[in-house]
Amino acid sequence: MTFMLCARTGRLFIACALMVCLLAACGEDGVRFNATDITGANYGQGFELPDSNGQLRTLEDFRGEVVMLYFGFIQCPDVCPTALTRAVEIKQALGPQGEQFRVVYVTVDPERDTPEIVRAYLDAFDPGFVGLHPGTDELPQVADAFRVFYRKVPTGDSYTMDHTATSFVFDPQGRLRLAVSHAMEVPPIVADVRTLLQQTN
Amino acid sequence: MKKSIVASLLAIAMSPLLAQVAVEDPWVRGTVPQQRATGAFMQLTAETDARLVAAESPVAGVVEIHEMAMENDVMRMREIPGLDLPAGQTVELKPGGYHVMLMELKEQMVGGAVVPITLVFENPAGERFSQEVEAPVTALGAAREATGHSHQHRHGHGH
Repeated sequence: MTFMLCARTGRLFIACALMVCLLAACGEDGVRFNATDITGANYGQGFELPDSNGQLRTLEDFRGEVVMLYFGFIQCPDVCPTALTRAVEIKQALGPQGEQFRVVYVTVDPERDTPEIVRAYLDAFDPGFVGLHPGTDELPQVADAFRVFYRKVPTGDSYTMDHTATSFVFDPQGRLRLAVSHAMEVPPIVADVRTLLQQTN
Repeated sequence: MKKSIVASLLAIAMSPLLAQVAVEDPWVRGTVPQQRATGAFMQLTAETDARLVAAESPVAGVVEIHEMAMENDVMRMREIPGLDLPAGQTVELKPGGYHVMLMELKEQMVGGAVVPITLVFENPAGERFSQEVEAPVTALGAAREATGHSHQHRHGHGH
């Protein structure tokens, strides 16, 4: 697996990364985004992971599209479906440009998120959404590459997961551009996606 | 004898044991086959001070009361020992906050199905009472999911 790993300064919360980016102010072209501009970040440079059909996928597969990448787990009653619902709403609001908006879901729960479950789950939202499946052994590396935090938390006879709920947005050239917080509403994100699509046209 | 029966009936009627909690707008998030957990959401308004301390459902092996919290955009979900319901105040169980966590699901939660849930409350005297709820399943990905975002939220009215 080829991951561009950042210098290991310990497991940083995404917030620290966001602070640095805020200090760096707006990105190239003087364009201001509603989400946190992380253009030029030295992490989250890409992925090479099997999708729910077992096919290896990289950012190259989505050239020309704005990619919104989200880490989550399916046995999650709350945050993950909310994030996916928001993604559906963004795609709908984009209208015809929605064709150039791709949602990529990376599981942080490889034990339970089998390809069958993930495929069925994403299909309930949008069949165009892509599920990626890091193996249990490679998940730490993938999460580190995006500075994403995750942790198993026992509950009942089972477990739940704490995890970073930030969505990462790549531009149509495959460059990491934005970190979108879970709380952000649909319209400002739609505006940002339009901006990224316009920059390339 | 008769008088004492009336008296005790009155006592029961006045007792917090018969306290009511209005349950509005209950719903369960739909699942896909093999998914073993989901959440139930609703609005609770207690007549007198009460506390939601447990829940049960025939569709789930384990049911817990959970709280979701965001810290630095990291999602944390935890079981809580109980949820306080101050008299007359509507407490919302909704995405982004509290939910009844249904685990060890015995079947898929299909849109349109109705899930019986028993809510167990406790009054300030520590006495428990329960209430049956029938919560319809909202299909996964259906528009109702958008209630997680405040602009689409529908507020209930207390009784």
